[in-house]
Formats: sequence, C-alpha cells, structure tokens
Amino acid sequence: CVFAMEEADKTAPSVTDRYYTRWYKTDMKGKPCEDHCILQHSNRICLITLAETHPILQNGRKIKNINYKISDGCSRLNNKVSGKSKRGGQFLTEFAPLCRITCTDNMEYTVFSCIRGRLLEVNEDILKHPDLLLEKPSTDGYIAVILPKLEESKSITNGLLTREQYEEVVSKRTSQQQEPC
Amino acid sequence: MLSLKEKDRPIIRKLLDAGCCGRCVLRFCCVGKYSSYQLSIEDINKQLLAFLSEADDQPSCEASDPTQTEDPPSKKLKLETLQAGDDGGTETLTANAEPKVQSEICVACLGVLQDFCDQSYTTQLQVCDAVRKGEYQFDSLMLAVSLPAQLSVREHSCWLHVKKEAEKSMCLDKEDLVQVKDAFKWATQGMVGKDLGASVLTNSGFEVSVGFTHAETDGDCHFRATTCSDCFKPTKNKASVFTRMAVVKALEKISDQKFLNYPCPPVHPATRCTPLDTTLQHASVFIARYNKFSRELPQTPWVIDGERRMEGSVEELIAGPLLSSFRADFNFSSSGREDVDVRTLGNGRPFAMELLNPHRARFNKAEIRQLQETINTSSDKIRVRDLQIVTEAMGRMKEGEEEKTKTYSALIWTKKPLTHTDLDFIKNIKLKVDQKTPLRVLHRRPLAVRQRVIHSMSASFLDTHHFKLQLHTQAGYIKEFVHGDFGRTKPNLCALMDSEVDILELDVE
Ligand SMILES: [Zn+2]
Repeated sequence: CVFAMEEADKTAPSVTDRYYTRWYKTDMKGKPCEDHCILQHSNRICLITLAETHPILQNGRKIKNINYKISDGCSRLNNKVSGKSKRGGQFLTEFAPLCRITCTDNMEYTVFSCIRGRLLEVNEDILKHPDLLLEKPSTDGYIAVILPKLEESKSITNGLLTREQYEEVVSKRTSQQQEPC
Repeated sequence: MLSLKEKDRPIIRKLLDAGCCGRCVLRFCCVGKYSSYQLSIEDINKQLLAFLSEADDQPSCEASDPTQTEDPPSKKLKLETLQAGDDGGTETLTANAEPKVQSEICVACLGVLQDFCDQSYTTQLQVCDAVRKGEYQFDSLMLAVSLPAQLSVREHSCWLHVKKEAEKSMCLDKEDLVQVKDAFKWATQGMVGKDLGASVLTNSGFEVSVGFTHAETDGDCHFRATTCSDCFKPTKNKASVFTRMAVVKALEKISDQKFLNYPCPPVHPATRCTPLDTTLQHASVFIARYNKFSRELPQTPWVIDGERRMEGSVEELIAGPLLSSFRADFNFSSSGREDVDVRTLGNGRPFAMELLNPHRARFNKAEIRQLQETINTSSDKIRVRDLQIVTEAMGRMKEGEEEKTKTYSALIWTKKPLTHTDLDFIKNIKLKVDQKTPLRVLHRRPLAVRQRVIHSMSASFLDTHHFKLQLHTQAGYIKEFVHGDFGRTKPNLCALMDSEVDILELDVE
C-alpha cells in the first residue's frame, strides 16, 4: 500500500494538538507568571498542566519536592473513582489546590484545579521522577485529570484564555519589562 | 417437591395469611427450581399446606407428597400452630389464625401466576394461537412479559410484610426474590414450546410478548407522586408518568417507614388482571465480517450535536441493500470498532445486523450469497464476507472476539532522525504493557489499569522519519501504545525510542 508521506512532515500537529484544545489561566490567584495550561479533550476530559511560562519551568530550576497532600485532612493521592460514572472522586472548584511544588531554592508554588469538575487521577509518576515535569510539562508531566460535569463542559472554560489571548498576555509582559519570573 | 427449607415456614404462613397465591409464596422463598412452578396451582397450594403441617422435628426439608398424608391438613395445622405458639417469637402473631390458601385473587401478582399459567390461557386461548396466526417462520422463541407497574408496589409491600422473617432465611434481600415475570416464564414455557414445536430460549430472534393490566389498582402507583415528583416526570412518548421504571426508582428512594402509609400487606383486589393481546416481534440476524478500505469512513453514522460530521458509514453501506429487500428496521452491532481513519483488512471485523420484524427469516444459501453480492457491488469502500443468518446471535457477538489477538500495521513518524539500527530492538520483542483506560474513552469507561500483551512486533524502515510497525497483540488501544497517552500506557513506543513519535495510519488485519 502507498502511504501519503507529504502529510507527515515535521509541521504536522502533535498528538496533543490534534485532540486537545489548550486553555490558559495566567497569574493564578494574582501571583505573577504562575500560568496554568488546561488541555481539554473533545470528550470534555481536562488535563491540568503547567504553562511553559510558569516560574518552575524557568532558568533551569530544579524540583525538591512535590506534595499532593494539600491539608491535614486531604490528600489528592487518596482520590479513588469507581465505575463509569466515576463515583467517589473528589469534586473540585476553580481554586481548589491540587499540589504544592517546592523548588531547590525553597520557593513553593501551588498548582490549582482552574476548572470545576471531578478529580479522576493525579500523576504519581512525577513524584518519583520530578524531572518529567520539567522536561515534558505538557505531556507526561501533567498534574491531574479532571472530568467536568456534562452540563458544564462548555461553561468551565469561560474564565480561561485561548492560546492567542495567552500569547498576547505573555508578549505584553515581556514588552513591559516586568521582573523576570 | 417444592424444595422448601425449614426457615421458610414463617414466611409461607404469613404470605398465605396475607392472601398470596402458591406461586408467589414460592417466589418469596426464592425457590429456583423451574419444575416447582410447573405444577398446577392447586397442587402447589396443597403441597404448601402439607409442608406447614409437617412437625417441626421432622428431618425432611422438602415438602412431603400430600397423597401420603392421611390426616386432613387442618388437623395437623392445629397441632403445628400450637407448637409455634409455645415457641413464642414472631410466629405467634400469625399462628393464632389457621393458615389457609386463599381462593381469592392473589394480592401480590393480581392473578397473573394464578389464572394465566395454565393450558387454557397459554396454549389454547391467547399465546400460541396468536403465534400461529402470525404465520412467522421460527425454530425458537423467547417470551417477554409486561406487567402492570403497581405489581412492583405490591411486591414491595409484601416484602416489608415478611422482611424480618425473610432475612433469617436464604433470601437476604428483595433482589433475591424470584420475579413475577420469571415465575411466569418458568411455569409456562414448557407448555408453549411443546405446543408450538419450538424451543423457548432466553434469547431468540422471535419474541412473543404477553402483557397484563389491572385498572382497579392503577392508583397503587400514586403512593409517592407528591413526595417524589422528580421520579415521575412526564415524557413525550409515554401515556402515563407511572411507568414501571419510574415506580421502581421511587421505591428505591423511599424509606420503609414512609412506605408504610401504603397498606402492608396489600389490600385484596376484587378483580383479576386483564390480559393484553399477545404481540410478536421477529428479528432476523445476519452475521458476517466486513473489511473497510477507506480512511474517511466511520463505522456508524458520525453525528455530533445533531450535525453530521462525515458522509456515510460502514453500517449504512451494509444496511442499505439489505433494507431495500426487507423493508424493516435494523440494529447494527459489532465486535469492537475501529476509528474513522483506520482501515480493517485481512479477515475483517465480525458484525451482526439485526432486522426487526421481517416476516421472512429463512433463506437458502444461494439467496444469501446473492444478498452479499449486492452489498459488495454497491460500494468499493467496504466488503462483506461469510454472510449468514442466525436467530440468536446478538448476545454472543458482544462477548465475541475482544480477547483474541489481532495483527495491526501502523505507519509511525519519529521526531528524531532514524537509522536502520534504531529499529533493531523492535525485532523479536514480546512486551507486557500496563495501560490506564485511555483518556479518549475515559469519559465513558471506568478508570482501571489493564495489562495487554504484545506477542510480537516487527518494523521496516521507510525513511529517516518514518517506519512501518507491525504488532501482533490482544485487541487494545494501539494508538496509546505508540504515543503513550501522557505516559499512562507503559511502556510506550515514545519512551522505548526516546523520541516523540506519532501514529499516522493504522490498519487492522
Ligand atoms: Zn400470586
């Protein structure tokens, strides 16, 4: 059989770009440059990731610790879902913390849910291999998977920025010569 | 013999007192032996009374044959009730009155299991006659029974009535009870099958539906209309909001305490159920395998938000020619499905096409070959092989080939430039892959980690960024094995090759 190679050059969209829409939340909770990126699949499932401009991903920083235990009584690691309806998953609101990440310079950052929905899973691989988060923040280094309610699958992105809007914010930031993040 | 247990005694007594028929008593004792229900209602009643009259110390757990008891049942019953009274406990409540089999209409089944399980209804009057008049071709049939929704309410009431006793017996929960419709089938299927010269199966393409209504007690369903209005929402297609499903849902929500506003046990009806006309549905099932040669053809019509995303589908291309010959509706099902852009080569994917209610179901080999030919000449995007007709395939199809291994062929792109030796590791490699439910189906499937085995792989170099990968593996999610699904499928080709990789084309053989 004959393969159509032309379609397959390096400019072809990646797996992520083909099936997911990127949404952004910049300066999360007013903290400069703490940008989050939400990947929404066409089936409404969302992955929460760090946007490439997030301070953790700048200037060759290293991660000391990632902690999914967000308070004394609540750890995202205890999240369990069962059945097709994902019973038992923790329900998250926009500002629900997912995890806290401490860098080797002792700066601590909190990653937030950004959207309302049921927590399906957190990425435990980054606990063992924190470098995954630094090297592949938008794929294997994701933070969590969230399933929005069916009736909210369109409205959850209302407060988020599109890729273009995000790029605009970032370019304004650099032109205003803000402090480097 | 009715296969009753010692612990059933108090339940039997209470239910007979409440006005249940013999078959309903068996149901509440969770008797699962079909033959017990096939006895005449008179014999069942007789045997129940005989069982109650047995002395408690008798070792036998089976109901004794009533012909062997010389004493009239009433005499022994008195003895029995006296003993029960001495024991005290819950039985004293009912033991004062002599248990007797009610000749009235059963409070639980409203007569369905009393008056409609005998020859006069099943074979002569209603059911078999209707089947014969339909002039269908069939070798087997299945019985479907539709019952008035209020039977669920009455069932619940009877259950609460004997709950305390039942929980000490074999029956731990209401779900364990034998359902009215099952008891009806067990009691009648032998007669019906014999009369029509066909086997009665739980799954057959020929469905014979019997139904009952009972206008007198329709009001039973209104017990929660005000307190549980969200269970009873009007829908377009239904004449009444009190559908069986809605009633069952309302019963699940209500506490025992609240339900007791409804009489427990249920009140005696004045009339018995009215049988509905017997209706017939004939489904013929074609099974076959299909090949799909197009990368722009979904398996079933692709519609999102009411909008059609792509012209045509495998289903429509197969169904079109069949339907023009039959003028019938259809259901399409298959053993797994491929994505729009995946071709299906080799032996093809098994599928079933169920035609609803065609009167014709017997075809000779030449006619079936002709049908297949018609499908195959009508499109070059698909091809059908091994077309055959069966009467009970749908159930088996779904279990089908899910676990069998298949050969996949994929065109892979790698970001990192390739040399021939980069592919060497792929040869003769057998892998165990741990796969979390892929994100693209996670919205509708449970989250789990499944192990897949890749029995063998091979690769052939095409150019510095492309190669062809062949996989022999359990049916699974090949795309995820290639790109890794955010690291959720491990190992994956992306990690094995230490490069971003993508799957451009996929074929199943
Ligand atoms: Zn009954």
